[in-house]
Amino acid sequence: MLGPYPAIIAVRFKMLLQYRAAAWAGFSTQLFWGFIKVMVFAAFFASSSLAQPMTFAQVLVYIWLGQALLALLPWNVDQEIAEQIRGGGVAYELLRPLDLYSYWFARTLAFRAAPTALRMLPMVVFTLLVLPLIGLEEWALPPPESLASGAWFLVSVLGMLALSTAFTMIMHICLMWTISGEGINRMMPGIVPVFSGLIIPLPLFPDWLQPILYWQPFRGMADVPFRIYSGHIPVTEVLPEILNQWLWFGVLVGFGYWLLNRARRNLVIQGG
Amino acid sequence: MPLLRKGRRGTVAESLWLYGRLVSQSIRAQLQYRLSFTLTAFGGFVTSVVEAVGIWALFERFGSLGQWTLPQVAFLYGLVNCAFPISEALARGFDVFGKEFVKTGNFDRLLLRPRSTVLQLAGHEFQLQRIGRLSQGLAVLAWAIWMLDIDWNIGKVLLLLFTLISGVVFFYALFIFQATISFWTTESLEMMNTLTYGGVETAQYPLAIYRGWFRGFFTYVVPLGCISYFPSLAILGIADPLGSSLIFQVCAPLAGYGFFAVALLGWSLGIRHYTSTGS
Repeated sequence: MLGPYPAIIAVRFKMLLQYRAAAWAGFSTQLFWGFIKVMVFAAFFASSSLAQPMTFAQVLVYIWLGQALLALLPWNVDQEIAEQIRGGGVAYELLRPLDLYSYWFARTLAFRAAPTALRMLPMVVFTLLVLPLIGLEEWALPPPESLASGAWFLVSVLGMLALSTAFTMIMHICLMWTISGEGINRMMPGIVPVFSGLIIPLPLFPDWLQPILYWQPFRGMADVPFRIYSGHIPVTEVLPEILNQWLWFGVLVGFGYWLLNRARRNLVIQGG
Repeated sequence: MPLLRKGRRGTVAESLWLYGRLVSQSIRAQLQYRLSFTLTAFGGFVTSVVEAVGIWALFERFGSLGQWTLPQVAFLYGLVNCAFPISEALARGFDVFGKEFVKTGNFDRLLLRPRSTVLQLAGHEFQLQRIGRLSQGLAVLAWAIWMLDIDWNIGKVLLLLFTLISGVVFFYALFIFQATISFWTTESLEMMNTLTYGGVETAQYPLAIYRGWFRGFFTYVVPLGCISYFPSLAILGIADPLGSSLIFQVCAPLAGYGFFAVALLGWSLGIRHYTSTGS
């Protein structure tokens, strides 16, 4: 039923796993960023004796999982797909006996998942196990709130991957409107980190902003899984959150399909 | 034409004139693609606004950062977010050096020309689009100055300008270091981002909130604190919880120039080490 798509995912995944050196460089960079953020938040928490919507330990979870899963967020595009659109290679893609959306979706899924697969494990192992050993236990990633929280976290990471892939697809399709598409994509490194919670955890934004932050798809790409892990979203309230992720996934895929159909009608192939 | 005189490396004045030509050419080239330029600049603006929103939200939630208020931290933020984009605009040649010059072997062509490699790389591209981030940094700095009751005198104004220029020079030196490393590694190292972008992030907050080893690193090894935190204390009239003296705070930005000198020294060592990848 799935046809050639799993094979497309597997091939791209293997190819992207070749970039191991880049992954190591990324690991140290993200570790360093994590340290800065941890120290900044520690200083803020030390400044106020009021009860906050999140504990420092829950913020630690948020920071380190954010660093571990950074590559999963839809802030950039697959340069090979971008090149196909720019260079006219998309004409060949349209000739394939495949549904273009599904074909690109499979590629994009691998594009999002492979770098993350490489980076996630070292980051989690290091911050969860190594940091306490070298005397930085107060900065370490706490273990999941409970076994159930940990299991639900893994489930919600799947939703995160699906959401992020669907959104990256929209970014790819926007590139078919060359210049304006690139302009939209240039905004994403600004927009995605705020609304997903990577800049600061969403619950720490002012209370009057919370309703706005609740009704948007980026929340499911970081905030929801991270809070499930730390127990900030208790196990009893997990199910609606997971459903919410997949609801947004449906919306984004639907929009992507519609956009692609429109784009195909306007498509001008560059080159002869 | 003095440019065509043979056998001379060129005077300082001539180098500056040539640099001016290269920059104006680069600006004109970028303005050919006006829409693309506008969108990129606007993207940079949005990205940096977002970081400022994050800091604002944290102050909304926590009230203060130790002794520091939002306008005071905004001052630090504005300072570094003015210096960095100017550096980024000017040092593009060094920023892309590994990828576009060493890996491709294009650096050989620069070595054959009768002008210094530093001049040629400095004039490689002037990234006008950084104006997006710069305008945001300037706006935050202006807001901070307006909110803060600073006891201005001519000395403080000069110190502010001196600090800004030192900041530009400091970040420029980081880009030269990044380029120098690629003589050995060929690729530009993503790790250097921890010092450039990571440096910007670090300098947005008072140095005093960080751990001792971290502060030491960013004061004595990579003198980031010397072009942001320390002179800002003198301008804002805040007593340093770390106990630095006023004279140190005022002189600290000099470290930016020392750092630049070391970077140039490293650069000339790197060139001696260079072996082409081309055929």
